[in-house]
Amino acid sequence: MAAGAASGGSATTDTYKEARTWLLLPAWVTLCILILAPVLMMLVYSFLTKEFRGGVIWEFSLAAYDQFFFDRGLFGDDPPKIEWTYIAIFWRSIWQAGAATLLSLVIGFPTAYFIATRAENMRPVWVFLITIPYWVNLLIRTVSMKFLLRDQGPLNDFLINIGLIDSPLHIVNTNFAVQLGLFYSYLPFMVLPIYAAVERYNFNLSEAAADLYASKWTTLRRILLPAVKPGVIAGCILVFVPSMGSFLAPDLLGGAKNFMIGSLIEEQFKGNAGNWPFGAAASMILLTMVLIILMIFARQQAKAEKSGG
Amino acid sequence: MLREAHLSDKENIAIDVRDAVKRYGDFTALKKISLSIMDNEFFTLLGPSGCGKTTLLRMIAGFEDVTEGAIFLYGDEIENLPPNKRPVNTVFQNYALFPHMTILDNVAFGLEMRGASKADARTKAGEMLELVQLSQFSARKPSQLSGGQQQRVALARALAPQPKVLLLDEPLSALDLKLRKAMQLELKHLQRETGITFIFVTHDQEEALTMSDRIAVMSAGEMQQLGSPTDIYERPHNMFVADFIGETNLLEVSVDGIADGRATCHLGGGHELTCNAVDGIGVGSKVHMSIRPERLYMSAEPTASEGLHGRVKDNIFVGTDITTIVQLDEGPDFVVRTSNSDRGNKRIFEPGTEMFVNMERGAARLLAD
Repeated sequence: MAAGAASGGSATTDTYKEARTWLLLPAWVTLCILILAPVLMMLVYSFLTKEFRGGVIWEFSLAAYDQFFFDRGLFGDDPPKIEWTYIAIFWRSIWQAGAATLLSLVIGFPTAYFIATRAENMRPVWVFLITIPYWVNLLIRTVSMKFLLRDQGPLNDFLINIGLIDSPLHIVNTNFAVQLGLFYSYLPFMVLPIYAAVERYNFNLSEAAADLYASKWTTLRRILLPAVKPGVIAGCILVFVPSMGSFLAPDLLGGAKNFMIGSLIEEQFKGNAGNWPFGAAASMILLTMVLIILMIFARQQAKAEKSGG
Repeated sequence: MLREAHLSDKENIAIDVRDAVKRYGDFTALKKISLSIMDNEFFTLLGPSGCGKTTLLRMIAGFEDVTEGAIFLYGDEIENLPPNKRPVNTVFQNYALFPHMTILDNVAFGLEMRGASKADARTKAGEMLELVQLSQFSARKPSQLSGGQQQRVALARALAPQPKVLLLDEPLSALDLKLRKAMQLELKHLQRETGITFIFVTHDQEEALTMSDRIAVMSAGEMQQLGSPTDIYERPHNMFVADFIGETNLLEVSVDGIADGRATCHLGGGHELTCNAVDGIGVGSKVHMSIRPERLYMSAEPTASEGLHGRVKDNIFVGTDITTIVQLDEGPDFVVRTSNSDRGNKRIFEPGTEMFVNMERGAARLLAD
């Protein structure tokens, strides 16, 4: 740019700037339409008044947030108490998403490692195999999972047949079923970034560690994991965030008792019984929570990096 | 197949490789190699890329398993031990420093793994860094160091746990010439100082000659010759060694007669030379002869009965030497090297001049194959 300015005056620089503006335009438009606009709409809706039978009245109101955090009794004139119902649902969502992330990590890391250590021409084949189930619609996969796990399903039949259990395990409609469903829904999001990181890993470092008397476990913990940490973090975020807001797995596999925040929000926009401002408010709170969790995570990461860990 | 290790062997032989074979599927990387590396020796595995030298080193380190044969370390059979159970350490070609650890922690790693407390390991690692003159960099990360500095950290890290044998896999190949020369001397010095047996892998014959007590020249998975630098330079066993080590005139000759341990050889174009006879090369054999260019000199008149008449084609100035290319009458080309410091005693002729090429006694060697 400096050379252009020196030789051809400001014309070259201007042309360059103009070209850059035009070339970046599609990206900006996409970002605005797909990310910024929906979030702003949601923010606005969360401060509006609800219309019975769905929809909103364009009148400012804090009722949605009030309903989320405070209990003012049946007629709304009791002194406000903290409303625990929704906070509990939130807490359960974090917990379930966390468990699903952990499960994905425990299964996904060895899987990614396995793929990354195959012969170079076989790696794309394994990645392809991992993604095949995800060509089927999520709804169908989740329903199939329910079928597999139910009391008279193939899993229980198999376990009874080989004599491991006498009576069917009740898996459907438990927290565990939801975790299993979320794990299965988002596993590739864990596997792929870790795979990419392990593939870039210099296996000479593992050899060097073994050469310096480190056991396999120590090598994994002290050398491999720190090297592929960015991939692991990316995988955890990519599984945790959509799990938090998921509603298919909790609805189909968890039943009414294992309600998650995603289902709560979905309910508010379904049919005539919904409450749009309340759904929008819950979405905003979810978004804020996720951002806070990510920021805490990022800050600790930076701290660990600084202390030379 | 395995003979008992004698007590004296146990002390004197650091690494004993016995009939080691390495196969990858149908490909044989090492064909039955046997060699003994002595205690406190600077031993070099030398050969072109793909000759199996790195494979052999990695088998000693434990990164490759041994298809057949055995490896002993001071009398203990080690070929089935994993790398972390072998008291040998490696300096890797690309250094393989742990990027997320400081220099000090890199060097302390092996000590810690051997059970030293973190504090002790760091103290000792600090001493090692002093030895390689990098103390002031101990808090830095490897990426903040130059190639030569990383090289010295890799060396300090491998030496810190006091291995019985240090393995070096082309450690200097990434350095520029000047730094490489300095490191060659430093490595040699470190080996003397620590008394640790070094096994050094390189494809650079000059490096091998400079540093080694003994050299094993390898090619195509086989050992071609084992000996001191002087041995393999002055008395190459075969054509590969003569050609790979240094520069030489390789001539096709036929042996015309043998008398009193001297063979008379015909070079073509009516030229004849005599040299020491070699067992197994009889009258009538067509073999190769090797003559080092620095052991030839030129004169205007024949100085001995064996002066070969020819014409100077070209003189090439290469700093310390002048290389002269001579075309013998109806015979092969010869390369003659004259040291610049020797110009007072030896003559240089202008291109086109007719002259005689003479040979120092014992300079020509017949090669078996």
